[in-house]
Amino acid sequence: MSKLKKTADIFEKAMNAVFTVCGFLAAAFVLIITGFLIVSGIPAIKEIGIIDFLFGTKWASTASPPYYGILPFILSSVFGTMGAIILGVPIGLMCAVFLAKMSGDRSSEIVRSAVDLLSGIPSVVYGLLGMIIIVPCVREIFDLPDGANLFSAIIVLAVMILPSVISVSETAIRAVPKEYEEASLALGATKTETVFKVVIPAAKSGILTAVVLGIGRAIGEAMAVMMVAGNVANMPNLFKSVRFLTTAVASEMSYSSGLQRQALFSIALVLFAFIMAINLVLNLIVKRGSKNE
Amino acid sequence: MNNGISASRRFKSAVLNILMYLSAGLVCFMLLGIIGYILIRGIPNISFKLLSSKPSLINDTIGILPNILNTLYIILITLVIVLPIGVGAAVYLNEYAKNKKVVRAIELAAETLSGIPSIIYGLVGMLIFVQFCSLGTSLIAGALTLVIMTLPTIIRTTQESLKTVPNGYREGALALGAGKWYMIRTAVLPSAIDGIVTGCILSIGRIVGESAALLFTAGMANEILGIYESVMPGKAGSTLTVALYMYAKERGEFDIAFSIAVILLILTFVINLSAKLAAGKLKKRKEN
Repeated sequence: MSKLKKTADIFEKAMNAVFTVCGFLAAAFVLIITGFLIVSGIPAIKEIGIIDFLFGTKWASTASPPYYGILPFILSSVFGTMGAIILGVPIGLMCAVFLAKMSGDRSSEIVRSAVDLLSGIPSVVYGLLGMIIIVPCVREIFDLPDGANLFSAIIVLAVMILPSVISVSETAIRAVPKEYEEASLALGATKTETVFKVVIPAAKSGILTAVVLGIGRAIGEAMAVMMVAGNVANMPNLFKSVRFLTTAVASEMSYSSGLQRQALFSIALVLFAFIMAINLVLNLIVKRGSKNE
Repeated sequence: MNNGISASRRFKSAVLNILMYLSAGLVCFMLLGIIGYILIRGIPNISFKLLSSKPSLINDTIGILPNILNTLYIILITLVIVLPIGVGAAVYLNEYAKNKKVVRAIELAAETLSGIPSIIYGLVGMLIFVQFCSLGTSLIAGALTLVIMTLPTIIRTTQESLKTVPNGYREGALALGAGKWYMIRTAVLPSAIDGIVTGCILSIGRIVGESAALLFTAGMANEILGIYESVMPGKAGSTLTVALYMYAKERGEFDIAFSIAVILLILTFVINLSAKLAAGKLKKRKEN
């Protein structure tokens, strides 16, 4: 009996250890990713000089002498993301309000399935459609030599962030207590006024979460942008071909070497820093939101 | 009811209403447009030959069988590795961990992982698995990269369903003299199976749609691999999404790209449907 108990004890302890290892693995992965990015990203920044690297306006990695300024990428990413947010968030928010407050069960079910399906479509498919539909349209409408530019990227990104913006803000709007609405309606406001002046302000931390998530998705998207933005390292211009931080990493990775390759890792490090900052903001919003409740 | 409301207020409400309906309509129209366009461009080019052969330079034909197989292999390998780890982590967080701060820290780490863009996973996967572990550009390196990527999903869904297992189950099993692991294996995990299934389906969705993380880890080869070959180091292979990208961007074979898009669309649809079914089951149990 005691021997049996002993082996059982050992077994229990072993399983405990196994589960603990699994639990800590997720945390370890974050540290490993951060570690690898920093270790492989720092050398090039050191060699190029952080000011020249971050604020240099010229990227010509294969020229001699090479230039490694990534300001064009940073600004393209920032402007592209801003554009996608400006275009996508109002539409997404309106759609979320429609789903949460205005529509019947049936019609909202249809729209919601559409949103779900849109969020599942792989990014390369969005890229392909952008290449075939949006790029030629932009070229025709604005009479440009080439339609693969920042503007096309913004449109594709706006479509891509819509699903997450819609579903997160819908959840936020639904979470607003019914009493708020009833009070506003009782005071004589119309349903629409109630939604826009009472419900949306009350749901603002959730909506902000949706916007920040959208920013994260847009700034991190690589493949779709690669297919529609033209991929030339210009300073951002709405109707010029541009390169984002993500596509800068992806486009030269396959043939790079030496300092050029290290510089690509440094770009990834910068992108990672952006994403971490966004995560931090997201956590702060969520924390503040739950405190208010 | 609207008596006494000024014209300008009524006008504003009407405009906002119209905008709302327009936005919802736009989303539906966009989806229909996307689906319709892909089907119209893609279906005419889908043939048995396309689905059942590999690309041949000599005959100048293109087949996507290797890409279909590679996608299946990557899904399989990833799930086989990520499931034990993810479920184990969720069990630890929900059943074993006593320190609330540790739990919060791990959850935060998982959230952080799910926010990292896939291109960074691709890069880090290349650094760690392809170079550091010297697996070479290979399916296994790609799958390992995706393990890190899908881990948060599995942890979250499993944890959610573990939380819904009534404490009475645990207490009952322990009172009958079961050890903790025995209790978890026989009483807790079986009741959490729907959460695990949901996690699997969501992960499959993410794997099927992934491209940036695989471009530099799993590579771009189009050879047919056997099931054993697929886990060997150095055996590269492109999944459907990567193949779509290569055919569209590098080779200008848009017809092939649209055929692949049709397949991806169908897969997305099936995955969405099954995720909904599984999630519906989970929710039902939560309410009971």
